[in-house]
Amino acid sequence: MRRGLKVIGYLLQKEFLQIFRNRGMLPIIFIMPFIQLVILSNAATFDVRNVPFHLQDMDRTALSARLAEQFTGSGWFNLTGESFSERKSVERLVAGQANVSLVIPRDFEKELMTRGEAKVQLVINAEDGFSAGVIQAYSNDIVRSFNRTLSSVLPNGLSHSGVGEIVVKSSAWYNPELVYSDYMVPGILVVLVTLVGLFLSGMNVVREKEIGTIDQINVTPMRRYQFITGKLLPFWIIGLGELTLGLVIARLGFHVPMLGSYAVVYLVAAIYMLVVLGMGLLISTLTDSQQQAMFIAWFFMVIFTLMSGLFTSIESMPHWAQNLTMANPVRHFVDIMRRVMLKGAGLAEISSPLLILTADAVLMLALAVNRYRKVSD
Amino acid sequence: MRPAIRIAGVEKSFGDTRALCSIDLSVATGELFGLIGADGAGKTTLIRILCTLLLPDRGKAEVLGYDSAAEYRSIRSRIGYMPGRFSLYEDLSVEENLRFFATVFNTSVEENYELIRDIYSQLEPFRTRRAGRLSGGMKQKLALSCALVHRPDLLLLDEPTTGVDAVSRKEFWEMLARLKEQGITILVSTPYMDEATRCDRVAFLQEGRLLAVDTPEGVTALFRAPLLAVSAREKHRLITELRAFPHARSAYAFGSSVHYADLRDEVSAAEIEAYLQSKGLRDLSVAPVKPGIEDTFMALMQEKGGCDE
Repeated sequence: MRRGLKVIGYLLQKEFLQIFRNRGMLPIIFIMPFIQLVILSNAATFDVRNVPFHLQDMDRTALSARLAEQFTGSGWFNLTGESFSERKSVERLVAGQANVSLVIPRDFEKELMTRGEAKVQLVINAEDGFSAGVIQAYSNDIVRSFNRTLSSVLPNGLSHSGVGEIVVKSSAWYNPELVYSDYMVPGILVVLVTLVGLFLSGMNVVREKEIGTIDQINVTPMRRYQFITGKLLPFWIIGLGELTLGLVIARLGFHVPMLGSYAVVYLVAAIYMLVVLGMGLLISTLTDSQQQAMFIAWFFMVIFTLMSGLFTSIESMPHWAQNLTMANPVRHFVDIMRRVMLKGAGLAEISSPLLILTADAVLMLALAVNRYRKVSD
Repeated sequence: MRPAIRIAGVEKSFGDTRALCSIDLSVATGELFGLIGADGAGKTTLIRILCTLLLPDRGKAEVLGYDSAAEYRSIRSRIGYMPGRFSLYEDLSVEENLRFFATVFNTSVEENYELIRDIYSQLEPFRTRRAGRLSGGMKQKLALSCALVHRPDLLLLDEPTTGVDAVSRKEFWEMLARLKEQGITILVSTPYMDEATRCDRVAFLQEGRLLAVDTPEGVTALFRAPLLAVSAREKHRLITELRAFPHARSAYAFGSSVHYADLRDEVSAAEIEAYLQSKGLRDLSVAPVKPGIEDTFMALMQEKGGCDE
C-alpha cells in the first residue's frame, strides 16, 4: 500500500509538472473564471428596458389618452409610432419597429363609463418568448395601476374601489431586489468547474494515447487504480481550486450573498467533480484523438448547460425535457448552489439532488474505470 | 534452460487483415534475437503481443515462462519495452522521465544505475533538457534508459534504429551487445537487413508469416543460386535488361552495383557480359560474388508470404 501511494504521488507530481509547463493552458485555467463571471453575469440580463411601443388608439378620448400615457410614462416603453389601422400596426411589428402594440378600441371610454369595464388588446412580438413574458407582466402592472386611478373618474356605483378590491402584491423572496448577478453567479460557477473538469480530464488520457506514452504506461506494473487516481486527482484539485477562486470573486466582486455554509458547497463540489471527471475519463477511453474527445466533450457541455436551468427555467420546458434534465448533473449542481447560496439550504434540504449526484458519480466512475483497459484486443 | 520467449501457433487479425498467421518461435535466454521484415510484415503486432498489450486471436505466447494473457502482470514487471515511436513525455526533462519510469516500476534510478550508466552517461549533460528537444539519437538513448531502469530480464525493442543516423545506429547495436553481456535477453525488430548480422539469431517475417529462423550464417547459407555482381553506366536499364534475360531468377540494386541471380546451377560471367553488350550497355563489369545475408532476404522476399497456402 505504501508503495502504491508512492506511485500515485509521483504520478500526481508528474501531472502537475506537465500542467504547469503547458504555457498555453495555464493562463486559461486561471483567467477563465474572471472572464466568465464578469461577462456572463453582467452582459446577459433578463431585464427588458426601452421596449419599442406602438399605439393604435381608435378611441381618441381623454381616458384612452390617459391609458397610453401610463405606458409611455412608465419608463419601460418607448413610443415609436402611432397608427389607426390594425394592418399598419402589425406592419410595424413585422418590421421590428415595435415589439408591442397597444390597441385601444373605439368606444373604450364609453364602455368604461356605462358598464364599468372595457377591453384593450396588447399585441406582443413573442419571437423571444422570455422577453414577451416580461413585457406582458409590465403591461399588466400598468393596466392594473390604471384601473386603480379610475375610481375618481368613474360614476359612483361603477367604481371597484371601496368595495374591497383585491390587490395582488408580489414580493421576491431570497433575492428581494431581483439582482441578476445573485442568481447567475452560482450557476456560472458550476459551468466553470464543469468546463475545467470535463475538458482537462477528457483531453488528458487521450493525449497520452496520441503521443504513444500510454503504451509505455500500460506495460508497467502500475495498477489501474493507481493510474486512474493519478490522472483524476490533479483535476479534482484544480476544479476545487477554480471553485474557490470563483467564490472569492463572487463574494468580493459581485457581493453575492452566501447564506448557506461553504462546507456544504465544497462537499457537493467534491462529489460533483467526480461525476465530471468520470465523464471526462470515459470520453478519453472511447476516443483516439484529442480532437474527437474535444468534440464529444463540447457536445455534452452545450446540452448540459442549456438544459441546466441556468439561462432558461426548467419549469418552462416541455414535460419530456424536464424529465431529461433529471439526468443532467449540471442542473442538480446549479440547483444546489442557488439554494445554498441564496436560500441558505443545508444538507437536509438538498439531500435529493445530492443523492442523484452521488449516484451519477458512482455510475460514471464505474463506467470509465471499466472501459479503461491496460490491454487492447 | 527454458526459453525466454515461446510462441506457439499465434494468430492475430485486425478486421479482414491478417497480421500474423500461425507463428511458432522460440527465443533462448540470453539471446540477441532479430526480427527482420519490411513495413507491415507483422513485427510490431508480434512485439505488442509479447509485451502484453495485445491478445492473440489464437495460439499461446509465453514470456519468461508466463502466459502472456493470463499472467500478464508478472510479465510486465520483468520486461522492458521500447515502442517504435518515441513515446516519452516530451514536456518532461530527461531526468524527470527516467525518474518517473523508475518510480512506476517500484525502483529508483540509483538502484540500477550500473546497468544504464553506459547509456545514460551520454545523456547526463542534457539532464535538465526537455525530452522533446533532444536529437533523434539522444531520444532513442533516453527511451532505452527508461526501458532498462528497472533491470528487466527481457528487452523488447520495436524498430529502435528506424529514422536514426548511421553512427547512432552503430552505437546502438554496440550498446545492445553490452546489455547482452549483462545477461539480458533482447528481441529487436528492424527493417534494415544489414543489421541482421549483429544478432545471434534472426527471424525473417513477411506478410505475417515466418519465412526463415536461423543464425545469420545459417540464413546466408540458404542462398545457393549462383550470384553475380554487375555494374554498368545505366543502372536502371541494366536491371531491366537483366530481368529480361531468359534464365534470370532475380536482379536488384545492391549498393553501387546490381546483384544478379540465375535460375540454373551454374552461370558464367562471360555469358552475361556478352548478353548485356548485345543490349548496348557500356562500362560493364561482371564478377561472381559470395552471397550475403541480404541476398537471402531478397530471395526470401520473392517468395509468397501471407496466410493462404
